[in-house]
Amino acid sequence: MTLLEEELQAEAEESPGAAATSPAALTAFRRGMSGVMIPILTTVLAFIAAGVVVLATGHNPLSTYSSIFNGTGLNWVFPWVTGSERATAAGNLQQTLLQATPLILVGLAVAFAFRAGLFNIGGQGQYTIGAIVAVWVGSSFAGMPALLHILFAILAAALAGALWAGIAGVLKATSGANEVISTIMLNWIAIWLGVYCFQLGGPLHNPHLPSTPVSNNVVGSAKLPVFWGSASLQGLDIGIFIALALAAVYALVIKRTRLGYETRTVGFNPEAARYAGINVGRTWIRVMLICGAFAGVAAALDTLGWKFNWFTNDFEVSQIGFYGIAVALLGRNTAGGTVAAAVLFGALLTGTSDRNIHLSIDPTLVEYLTFMIEGIIILLVSTDVITLRLLKGGRQIRVALKRRPSEQAGANQGGANQGGANQGGAS
Amino acid sequence: MSVGTIAVTPTRTVSAKQIGIAGVVLGALAWVITIPPIEVRGMAPSIVLAVLSICAGAWSIAGGERKLGSEAIVVALFAVGGAVASANSSVATLESVFTWSALVAATLRYATPLLFAALGGVICESGGVINVGLEGMMLMGCFWGIYGADLLGSWVWGLVVAAVAGGLLALLHAFFSINLRGNQIVSGFGINFIALGITGYFLEYHYGPNGTPLNISMIPNVKIPLIQHIGFVGVAFGDQNLMTWIGLALVPALTFFLFRMRWGLRLRSVGEKPRAADTVGLPVLGIRYVAVIMSGVFAALGGAYLSVGFVGSFSNDMTNGRGFIALAAMIFGKWRPWGTLWACLLFAFGNAMSDRVSGVNQTLGTLFEALPYVLTLVAVAGLVGRSRPPAADGIPYVRE
Repeated sequence: MTLLEEELQAEAEESPGAAATSPAALTAFRRGMSGVMIPILTTVLAFIAAGVVVLATGHNPLSTYSSIFNGTGLNWVFPWVTGSERATAAGNLQQTLLQATPLILVGLAVAFAFRAGLFNIGGQGQYTIGAIVAVWVGSSFAGMPALLHILFAILAAALAGALWAGIAGVLKATSGANEVISTIMLNWIAIWLGVYCFQLGGPLHNPHLPSTPVSNNVVGSAKLPVFWGSASLQGLDIGIFIALALAAVYALVIKRTRLGYETRTVGFNPEAARYAGINVGRTWIRVMLICGAFAGVAAALDTLGWKFNWFTNDFEVSQIGFYGIAVALLGRNTAGGTVAAAVLFGALLTGTSDRNIHLSIDPTLVEYLTFMIEGIIILLVSTDVITLRLLKGGRQIRVALKRRPSEQAGANQGGANQGGANQGGAS
Repeated sequence: MSVGTIAVTPTRTVSAKQIGIAGVVLGALAWVITIPPIEVRGMAPSIVLAVLSICAGAWSIAGGERKLGSEAIVVALFAVGGAVASANSSVATLESVFTWSALVAATLRYATPLLFAALGGVICESGGVINVGLEGMMLMGCFWGIYGADLLGSWVWGLVVAAVAGGLLALLHAFFSINLRGNQIVSGFGINFIALGITGYFLEYHYGPNGTPLNISMIPNVKIPLIQHIGFVGVAFGDQNLMTWIGLALVPALTFFLFRMRWGLRLRSVGEKPRAADTVGLPVLGIRYVAVIMSGVFAALGGAYLSVGFVGSFSNDMTNGRGFIALAAMIFGKWRPWGTLWACLLFAFGNAMSDRVSGVNQTLGTLFEALPYVLTLVAVAGLVGRSRPPAADGIPYVRE
């Protein structure tokens, strides 16, 4: 049981009056509310904490945050924003959603693994492999019909990402190799592979640019159509719908399919799942394959949607795998939560990018503020205690903490909602 | 089984294990003979050795040593690849890549920051707290080391400031994972992001676009008077940084502490059986706090070596994943100081090799960058035997 559930149960037990009406429904409602409230409160707390840093270094947090907010383009939803301001806001909002698209999918790649009790740190590598394949397919096969070419590139990237993640799954299933370490290693191997492919003299290097380490450009037939804004100004392409559709698929698979049931059972307790006749190793492999496919599609949407080519340096500086972890954690591994968290992180990335900041504060400072906010969010997500205390006034939480039995160990290891805590490898 | 069989076996037959080990050695030789100082030209001897190694591996597998046998086969295959590469390079190329004295020196330099962080990880996880935040703690050491050395004018102060900064960040990790009983891997990731934000923010805030000053007081190298000019030894060991020697000295020191001293035993008992440790009256949470903070101090010293000892400046995210490599080295090294040292040297050797290969062939050098990670992947897949973390690693302790 998680701390949250225990706390809610304690509350339900302590208030018999409420229980008289409908205890189950009430608890479910409250749990749902807390499931929404805790991430929101976490985010607010993180912004406040980072604001203190801004204040401490002699800047004004309010004007900083309002500048970031306008930079995200979210002010587009306000009816009083008009004229050229509105056009700017629309452009910014398109960038926010463009950033959110891969974050949704990489977030799902992490979230799905969490559901099986696996900690997929390999989103970065799976994304990188997907990007290599997507840009290769997208820049070759020039004569193909547009729809076919796009589908081909996306599926190839998904397959590549799946196989890459599958390595970690197979190692985990066959020899018990810890997925945290194997996915970190696979990340680095993928990054160096990407650098190798597109560097000067590399096998996939663009021959027309002899002094720039970059891939070929994606050809027209493989580019995703832009539906909002202009294609020349990096408008919003249809990739976001693919990401949202896959989020819906994720929710369906988790809730309604046998695989989803097996995944959740394995994640809750692998030993029990084994006794119940579930092939745990096979479930791990399948889950990792699907995770890798999500990350591969993310890379394909970026590549075909707005990036069109990859510089070797892009692979080395990309942080999307780690953002994906943050998104999945903040979204509590649910489809809706992941989408919301991805939009939040996409907005943060866009709002703090250099060109959107035009106030007293140094733009580079704001960029690092993003890291701090994200770090504090993740730190707070690692434990519910602080936000719970704020949410519930702290009385029952102390009761819950005192009553906390030693089964905490089991809860933490099974990691039903936080992933396997024990990185201890081959056990 | 009759008594006779038992009596005969050790005297007559060679065990499958010995054959497997022989297979591994033969496989490695298939590559080693093609590089300096032996430099056998032509593929024939290597192929003979590799085939022998594969046969030994297969025999070993048939005899029941599946892991060792497959390890021999994998080594033989890698060795053939290496031998092909050697055969396709000129003698001059080989000798410029495999300048052993320079390779050893570079390996030690690359290993130093990893070693500090990984030993920090050993302390932390021996006490039962997972530390994925090593990367962030190293990064803190990088920046605050430079800041301290710049502000207070001496690298000694740089190290002190770095250690304090790393310790403070570790304190945050300790609070979240020990008191609040959060998921330690998750909070470690949070730590890494926070460090990235703090160091980047204060770099901009203190130094602006010009970056850190150039005339930082640097950690000195130890010039060993007698051997400094003696060929191989001189180049390899004669002019290493002070921190390298401290790091190497920490390995036996930490081994002695963990396995021979009272407080080391207490630390390990807290990581293995916290309930038992609590029962005999040890302050479990207090010991864990000290362990986590020490790991932050160690990691930050490794980071400070990187900035104050090696590069002389700070740039954003300059640790570039070294904390994660240190984490892998610690696990690869089975949570023991000596094992961790060998793992760090392996990673560092990969870096040093790739540097030298890049000097000859840029494209190939990139692939060599990935080599240590491939080796680790093969290793964690279980070919070098299973490792076991401290029993209570990652599990928060609750008093009954």
